[in-house]
Amino acid sequence: MMSAPALRRANTEPRWLRSLLLGLGLGFLFFFLALPLLAVFVEALAAGWPAYRDALSDGETRSAILLTVFVALFVLPFNVVVGVAAAWAIAKFDFRGKSLLITLIDLPFAVSPVVVGLVFLLIFGAQGLFGGWLAAHDVKVVFALPGIVIVTMFITFPFVARELIPLMQAQGKDEEEAAISLGATGWQMFRRVTLPNIRWGLLYGVILANARAMGEFGAVSVVSGHIRGETNTLPLHVEILYNEYNAVGAFASASVLALLALVTLVAKAVVEWHMRRETRMLAAELPPEKAGVVP
Amino acid sequence: MFVTAAYRRQVLPGFGLSLGCTLVYLSLLILLPLSGLAFKASNLTLGEFWAIASGERAMASYRVTFGASVLAATINAVFGLIVAWVLVRYSFPGKRAIDALVDLPFALPTAVAGITLATLYAGNGWIGKHLEPWGIKVAFTPVGIVVALTFIGLPFVVRTLQPVIEDIEPEVEEAAASLGASRLQTFTRVLLPGIFPALLTGFTLAFSRSIGEYGSVIFIAGNMPLISEITPLLIISKLEQYDVIGATALAVVMLLISFVLLLSVNALQWWAANRHSGHGGRGAGRGA
Repeated sequence: MMSAPALRRANTEPRWLRSLLLGLGLGFLFFFLALPLLAVFVEALAAGWPAYRDALSDGETRSAILLTVFVALFVLPFNVVVGVAAAWAIAKFDFRGKSLLITLIDLPFAVSPVVVGLVFLLIFGAQGLFGGWLAAHDVKVVFALPGIVIVTMFITFPFVARELIPLMQAQGKDEEEAAISLGATGWQMFRRVTLPNIRWGLLYGVILANARAMGEFGAVSVVSGHIRGETNTLPLHVEILYNEYNAVGAFASASVLALLALVTLVAKAVVEWHMRRETRMLAAELPPEKAGVVP
Repeated sequence: MFVTAAYRRQVLPGFGLSLGCTLVYLSLLILLPLSGLAFKASNLTLGEFWAIASGERAMASYRVTFGASVLAATINAVFGLIVAWVLVRYSFPGKRAIDALVDLPFALPTAVAGITLATLYAGNGWIGKHLEPWGIKVAFTPVGIVVALTFIGLPFVVRTLQPVIEDIEPEVEEAAASLGASRLQTFTRVLLPGIFPALLTGFTLAFSRSIGEYGSVIFIAGNMPLISEITPLLIISKLEQYDVIGATALAVVMLLISFVLLLSVNALQWWAANRHSGHGGRGAGRGA
């Protein structure tokens, strides 16, 4: 038998290897994550504060920001409602084809954004399936706001459902069944039992979906038509300015999106902290054998 | 048994409503549009389809896309394993912030990543100006594509591995050590077989994300046909030349590849979960 300290020594890497791994890992993160993040802000401020302020108060930049926010605000409620519905059906009931359904929900993650854009161009474009009908009725989908909204809905569809399915599966259905058998209506059960149980997971999904909705580039680029001041979202605006060699303008707009990314990361960390705390509290409330602790 | 099952099914409300809602939304928004792509492609004969899909420029774009994606996913597998290990096992100042930063590629819009990486690695950029004297050109070459895809795929491997490394019971390593295994032997024969399915899952996730990636790549790639043109960009340039059929054929190729990768990820996750929960205790001791 080994002594306890010897065993502990054998269970970690030697000091030189630990330093090497730490250096490699953190160095990699520094070059690939920290440096690009820093560069966005340095480049945006390269010509000083006044230039940065001017770039951001530009009318086209303003309207790009407004459009991006509008699209996200419009799309997120759909994600929430359908995400909760999908998770409810999948987590609380048994039915045939469930794993196929879960795979289909993941599908938008697997498809290239450019292909997503093309798909909707083929349906709603001038020569598309509904193109003639839409033109006859003077409805613009592609190269207009509806097209941007639809591809964003496609791209962000999985986020909420994916977050909620494992969470609701883990929570089981005892609490909801108790509520129903005590006479609650479906809506009361949902509002008083289900919603409080899933609120952090739901928020987590919404945060991720929002980041993607505001940042989507490829799919939106295909269907937007890049009409300045009209169908130009903020990521597309970044591209246009960059291609015009307006580095300060491009990075000023990019810095707004980078700030959004930072807010997303912080919000995510806060929500994760709450979720871990609730899991711990749940584990502490349960009798030991249910919490997975060997008595 | 049956009575209980039937009774239980009836207790909770909303099954029909929630499943119906999901199926309608999924069909209208995702399945029907995607089958529209197949419908459009069916205007082509198989021969015509093959001629487009295997054209010189298309083949070159597959080579660039796949080559760069494999390289980037491999870099991520190696460094992602190191990062995940360091984040789970070691303690150092600022660890929580660094851990949160790992998700940056998920949160940062791809266009922002694209212009920033292009600026950093250009000949006068912070990183590029130190590489240029050595004759290493990154921006506007295929190497730039690998850099962009490494950034995009970084979180996949780390986030897939972290929970698995956290779950390793210290007893397993202690047993190996007390039986006389060196640290290297413990790692390669006991720990690595246990985390290998997760590593492969992370690799495949990063790879499949890279195949379809567009926004971060186009700024740094240089986009020269046959040399540094990725398939999604070729689809866009066909669209810009009003060659909708050509774009559709390439999109069908990409969609098929996405399906295969999605199914592989599912199979891998199933494998990882089964190894994890069951027979043979996480693969411990089976590596020999």
